[in-house]
Amino acid sequence: MLEWRSKYAFNGILLYVISTVFVCFLAFKSIQPITWNALFWIIMLFASVNAITKSFVQESAGRQLYYYSLASPQAIILSKIIYNMILMLLLSVIALGFYMIVFKNPVGDPLFYLLAVLLGSISFATVFTMISGIAAKAQNSGALMAILSFPVIIPLLVVLLKFSKNAMDGLDRSVSLNEIGVLLAINAIVVTVSLLLFPFLWRD
Amino acid sequence: MTKSWWKILATVLILYSIIGGLLINVPALPILHETIRNLYFHVPMWFSMLTLYLISVIYSVKYLNSGNPNHDLMAVESVNVGVIFCFLGLLTGMLWANITWGEPWPNDPKLNSSAISTLMYLAYLVLRNSIEEEQKRAKISAIYNIFAFPVMIVLLFILPRLTDSLHPGNGGNPGFGGYDLDDTMKLVLYPTFIGWILMAVWIMTLRYRIRIVEYKQEHHNQG
Repeated sequence: MLEWRSKYAFNGILLYVISTVFVCFLAFKSIQPITWNALFWIIMLFASVNAITKSFVQESAGRQLYYYSLASPQAIILSKIIYNMILMLLLSVIALGFYMIVFKNPVGDPLFYLLAVLLGSISFATVFTMISGIAAKAQNSGALMAILSFPVIIPLLVVLLKFSKNAMDGLDRSVSLNEIGVLLAINAIVVTVSLLLFPFLWRD
Repeated sequence: MTKSWWKILATVLILYSIIGGLLINVPALPILHETIRNLYFHVPMWFSMLTLYLISVIYSVKYLNSGNPNHDLMAVESVNVGVIFCFLGLLTGMLWANITWGEPWPNDPKLNSSAISTLMYLAYLVLRNSIEEEQKRAKISAIYNIFAFPVMIVLLFILPRLTDSLHPGNGGNPGFGGYDLDDTMKLVLYPTFIGWILMAVWIMTLRYRIRIVEYKQEHHNQG
């Protein structure tokens, strides 16, 4: 879609993540491995809420009407999800890189930790895209976004924390297969439900 | 009279479960002792809540297909009453946990995910209040309701099973049905499920009918 035109938004969110990491660095100085993991996911959570809320809230009514006349609702939600996935993947890789440079890096199995981060960013993208679509329809959507999305994202976050903790401790990879399965299953459910429900949301 | 048989059945079953649950002999088990009687009250609360949430989702789907405001009212009232039963379930659970596990809220996956799913349904109610326009409110909250239901199922029944949990039926623990229950307990337990579920549905339909009256009055005044 055409969202790349708002490149400044991406740069803004990137700067947000990096400055958050830096603030955490200044506040914590040194850090326990378990806090290291938790802190990273908290930073990613807030960054992704900020990044993805924009995907519906910032669109003007006129432009939405324009999209409405151009494409089917399924195509729109799918393209939004895909765009947000790519955005989140980029963002999380950059954030992880910077995070590892600033804080000492206790990860035992970096490749698998990277996989956890990538899966996590995909999950954030799928869940938040639909929720931001819902929140955009109501007044006061900023606060509503947090209220609606946090309970939905927490189960994913719990699985992600466990998965990334396993990777960080360098446990055998087969230990985490269960978590990967659950993550993929939840993502599949969320995407199907979004595809089914979005047409109702879109038709105003 | 022909229509109210299930209400009478609900009352009789609940009375039976309270009297029977408190008086009929229970097997003597370590740690649990007499608190096992709480099983007759704690578990039916959650079953009632699940039934109500299920009704709510069904009516949300119906609303999206039909646009009939009565379906929306039904979905809301189911969630309202479901949340009450959820709090009752949490309360009885906390009392039980205080005695058997030593503290009302041990850091346990089953407890935490039930708290989170409560938050999710409270968020649904907040969402409803934040939208002024009637049809829009009904539609958007129906969408969120359908979205939340599968997540609630994952939270309550899938996640706790993956990790270690104190709660029976999770994390490799067997449920109570496995070997702790003897036949007299089952004789009390199963009727309590039916009784409380019927009672929950009854409360919900009462609230639903009040809502319809209010809704009609509102529109009558406007028109």
